[in-house]
Amino acid sequence: MVTVVPSLRRYARALLGGRGDADDLVHDTLVRAMDRIHLYRPGSDIRAWLFTILHNQHIDAVRRSARRPDYVAIGDEEATAPAAQEGRLAVRDLDQALALLPNEQRQVVLLVGLEGLAYTEVAAVLDVPLGTVMSRLNRGRQRLRSLMEQGPAKSIRRIK
Amino acid sequence: MKTPDSERDADLHAAVDGQIDQAEQTRIDAWLADNPEDAATVHAYRLQNARLHDRYDDVLNETLPPHLLGVIESPSVYARRGWTGRLTGIRRLAASLAFLIAGGAGGWMLHGQMVPSASPVATAAATGFADKAIGAHKVFVAEVRHPVEVPASDEPHLVAWLSKRLGTTLRAPDMNDVGFSLVGGRLLADLNLPVAQFMYQDDNGRRLTLYVRSTDETGRGDAIVPQDAAELTSSKVKTAFHFVKHGGVSAFYWIDNAFSYALVAPLDRPGLLAIAIKVYTELDN
Repeated sequence: MVTVVPSLRRYARALLGGRGDADDLVHDTLVRAMDRIHLYRPGSDIRAWLFTILHNQHIDAVRRSARRPDYVAIGDEEATAPAAQEGRLAVRDLDQALALLPNEQRQVVLLVGLEGLAYTEVAAVLDVPLGTVMSRLNRGRQRLRSLMEQGPAKSIRRIK
Repeated sequence: MKTPDSERDADLHAAVDGQIDQAEQTRIDAWLADNPEDAATVHAYRLQNARLHDRYDDVLNETLPPHLLGVIESPSVYARRGWTGRLTGIRRLAASLAFLIAGGAGGWMLHGQMVPSASPVATAAATGFADKAIGAHKVFVAEVRHPVEVPASDEPHLVAWLSKRLGTTLRAPDMNDVGFSLVGGRLLADLNLPVAQFMYQDDNGRRLTLYVRSTDETGRGDAIVPQDAAELTSSKVKTAFHFVKHGGVSAFYWIDNAFSYALVAPLDRPGLLAIAIKVYTELDN
């Protein structure tokens, strides 16, 4: 379990846009996991199991804090559009571009692209059909691509 | 209800993520050669993956906050953040078993990027393999007079003997380029299987071991490629690289078809990765 913690922290950090409460999410995930450790089947994939718990904890947290403005902004392009510089997007802009994805697309993009989970594992972690994973992945990557390639142009248009 | 478009998109993603077999890869590569727009899409998505790693992989090297480890290791710390449950005796036992099963403290694995592969899962068995390799490393590098059974001066015999015992054609990779010269090797046992351990040493007296064992069924199923080695493995999607570090030594380990390898040394990750890539490349030729 300890060996998976760095991966959980990385995913949480990216999922929450680099915010400091990522470790709180990981903490709650581990507490939940230890509470349910008797449900873990030895020999099964503890990594996928922990990601599933983290996902559920995150959903709960989002629901709990739905009234908080910092969560409302996610996916709202106008509210948080990046002030990108010309040329390549800086690191901060990647955070911002990710923040502009709807949560469910961001999850899939990160679980696949950052954590390297198999599509079927992502489907299990998120408890959705494989086809849903693929369509979220497709939309998420398309959107991220256009944000990263056209981010600067967009800003310029807005200024005019 | 798949449309041709969604099938094509799924193919492109699978190519990006390496979640396809060789035949499909060949078919998609041929398609991409004739369809520059799709090729650009694949390139853009791979770049996304690489940027994600570039941005977030540093987290993997951070020291774990004690309160997170405390949740796993110590029930008293564990209750601290407002958690109201209780550990029963059985749960506590189960918790410590899971902890043991999942491998030692502080270990970690790298995941890959440009071409991550099908089953990115560090199984308990694979972690156990690394632990064995690290254990054997620590036992034998401490030996002053008998670090190896057969010294490097008798390399042809050493290699022939270990090859015979492992039932394959082994080689002691040449690491002189990276400052390590062969000390020799020995035969060990792990899971009732013969293991070859080659030992190397640099000018500072640091010792490095390469631990080679045939891959048992339970140890299979990892396929993780570190970002730095992406170009190295782009043609071999199925190879997995994992990194663990504990007790002052680092290990990269990987499974390549029928054999599992672990490279162990008191080096940091980048230093050991450079050597691991060299060893992997040499063994693969």
